[in-house]
Amino acid sequence: MTAVVLGLELLGVLVALAAVALFIITVLRITGVLVVQWRDLLSADRWGEVFDTIKRNKLRTALTMISVAWGIFVLVFLLGLGKGLDNGLRHTFARDATNGIWVSAAKTSIAHDGYDVGRKLMFDNRDYERAKSARVPGPGGAGIDHLSGQFFIKGGQFGGGEMLTKRGKKANAFQINAVHPDAIYLAAQSIESGRFLDPLDIEQRRKSAVIGRGVRDYLFEGEPPIGQWIDLAGVQFQVVGVFSGQGDAQQERQIYIPVSTAQLAFNGADHLGQLEFTIGDANAAQAKVITDQVVAQLAERHHFDPKDPQAVHVHNNVEQFERFSKIFWMISTFVIVIGLGTLLAGVVGVSNIMMIAVKERTKEIGVRKALGATPTSIVAMIIQEAVFLTGVAGLLGLAGGVALLGVTAKVVVNDFVRNPAIDLKVGILATLGLVIAGALAGYFPARAAARVNPVHALRDQ
Amino acid sequence: MSHVSHHVSRWLALAVSASLGCEVLRLDKVNKYYRVGTHSLHVLRDIELEVADGEFVAIMGASGSGKSTLLNILGILDDYDSGDYWLGDTLIRNLTERKAANYRNRFIGFVFQSFNLLPFKTALENVALPLYYQGITRRKRNQIATQYLDRVGLRDWAEHTPAEMSGGQKQRVAIARALIGKPRLILADEPTGALDSETSRQIMDLLAEIHRSGITVLVVSHDSEVAARTQRIIRLRDGKVVSPHDLPGSSHPGMTAVSG
Repeated sequence: MTAVVLGLELLGVLVALAAVALFIITVLRITGVLVVQWRDLLSADRWGEVFDTIKRNKLRTALTMISVAWGIFVLVFLLGLGKGLDNGLRHTFARDATNGIWVSAAKTSIAHDGYDVGRKLMFDNRDYERAKSARVPGPGGAGIDHLSGQFFIKGGQFGGGEMLTKRGKKANAFQINAVHPDAIYLAAQSIESGRFLDPLDIEQRRKSAVIGRGVRDYLFEGEPPIGQWIDLAGVQFQVVGVFSGQGDAQQERQIYIPVSTAQLAFNGADHLGQLEFTIGDANAAQAKVITDQVVAQLAERHHFDPKDPQAVHVHNNVEQFERFSKIFWMISTFVIVIGLGTLLAGVVGVSNIMMIAVKERTKEIGVRKALGATPTSIVAMIIQEAVFLTGVAGLLGLAGGVALLGVTAKVVVNDFVRNPAIDLKVGILATLGLVIAGALAGYFPARAAARVNPVHALRDQ
Repeated sequence: MSHVSHHVSRWLALAVSASLGCEVLRLDKVNKYYRVGTHSLHVLRDIELEVADGEFVAIMGASGSGKSTLLNILGILDDYDSGDYWLGDTLIRNLTERKAANYRNRFIGFVFQSFNLLPFKTALENVALPLYYQGITRRKRNQIATQYLDRVGLRDWAEHTPAEMSGGQKQRVAIARALIGKPRLILADEPTGALDSETSRQIMDLLAEIHRSGITVLVVSHDSEVAARTQRIIRLRDGKVVSPHDLPGSSHPGMTAVSG
């Protein structure tokens, strides 16, 4: 299957290269820079001359092809590795929104405002309302675009947020999240069927539940779940939607219910254990300002020192993602620079070899000119050889690099490198760049040689 | 060997039709300079020259007399600075590379002192090369080239590379290559310069035979024995054509035909 895909990709590369080559030749013909005869490209004679040269210079041919193939090979592999690093980073953050911030209530560690240390904090619905106003000062300053509170249900069956969930004879423990409708934006999840929680659920304290695919598969076993009732810790909820996640399977073994319903059903009064919000496309510095505002509001109402490092726990994805992004960007850039350097070395190698090759053939070119060869036919012959060599070598290098990436993807499975692969377009572009470089590497010395007076060429012993 | 006589007769027919025109080439006050740094070397001075169709002519002169330069100009391998060079009815001046290549291919056959065969090609492929540049198919080319190799007595050597051949054989391959484009003019630059005297004689026999078949042959040489085989000798000294009566004790007055 993979081999078929790889074959198709390479076929695509070939077709693309052919299309670009036709385009370039057409442009050359129209502009009159180099009048390439179409029939020469298909001429067995011309190819015979090209293969003749290749055959009698096996070492030179091998060196050219190795330098080109190696350049492309290294570039493709390193680019793929860079992509793998990027995938790994994104996967690490795939579970949650990369612009999400979570603030949860904990215990104070600094005496403040007449209160002793070690006091357990609890947020409430008013904190949720107040947090909506947090934003970076100044007109158009970044602010919170999605906000949700979360109520942690006490007395979970097995500790944590997991509660016994039943339907008919089936029962299991699933993570229950009692949240506001905006919570959907904090987890990288999408609704597969039905809907997520809505404001009406909160307002009317409806017994609505949105379940993950894992929950659905376990409880419903293929039956349509929407509109069905399930038992959550002794309370009946109606399934209104099913979501899927991009992270691991655990992410889909969760259930969302309205925070207001949970507060009522599970003796929560107006308590909230956590505020969670996203901040649009604000950067890490802006994220810090907004978070500090939210914490300051909480500190004011709940009488704790805003500098208390333990009173609230802040998990700031924006900051972390930005830090990781920077590191990975540097690694990727480094990797790409090395790859391009290798490619450049390949191009320089090809140019050198072509120059020497043409120099070697000065006398031959003189003889051919004396016998009636036009300069165009000589230039075209040498370029055809250069393009053929770099093209074949480039494709070999591309195939080798893609194959190695395929093996790497199977062998290396960890959090840092994930699915290393190269964008086909980039591969085509790199190969094409090299072929053009090869053509130029052949063109300039060939043009110089074709202009040489046959007399001088023939005297060149 | 019937096809050989067939060819000879075809060349004769060509020669007859060609001889209706007056001359193959005419040089009128041709000058050539070589620029060496700030100096300018006057290599050819007001060269006046006419070669009639079907003539067998030698250009003689000491080294440095300008004879190779003259041959290169005649072969459109080099350009000149002033004067007129007419090849047939065509004024050879400021030709595009494409046109020059075409004239070389169609009108002129070259024979060089160092043969200038392509070392990686067989005798047959070397002979066929001018036809490649006329766009003739490989099959046809090889067919014709075989005939010409036969003409110079090397049919059995068709698949050999130049490295496997003697100097005389190489020069005969080169002559076959010069003939294959059916040129009106053969230009030979010291064709026997790299050969021993016996082989030289054979090569000159071959050139004489070509001349008899109706093709104009122009030989550049400093060897008087070679020159003696031609019909007419043009002497160059210091870039000038030496007129016959200028020669001390000249044995070749003007257009005297020598035994051929």
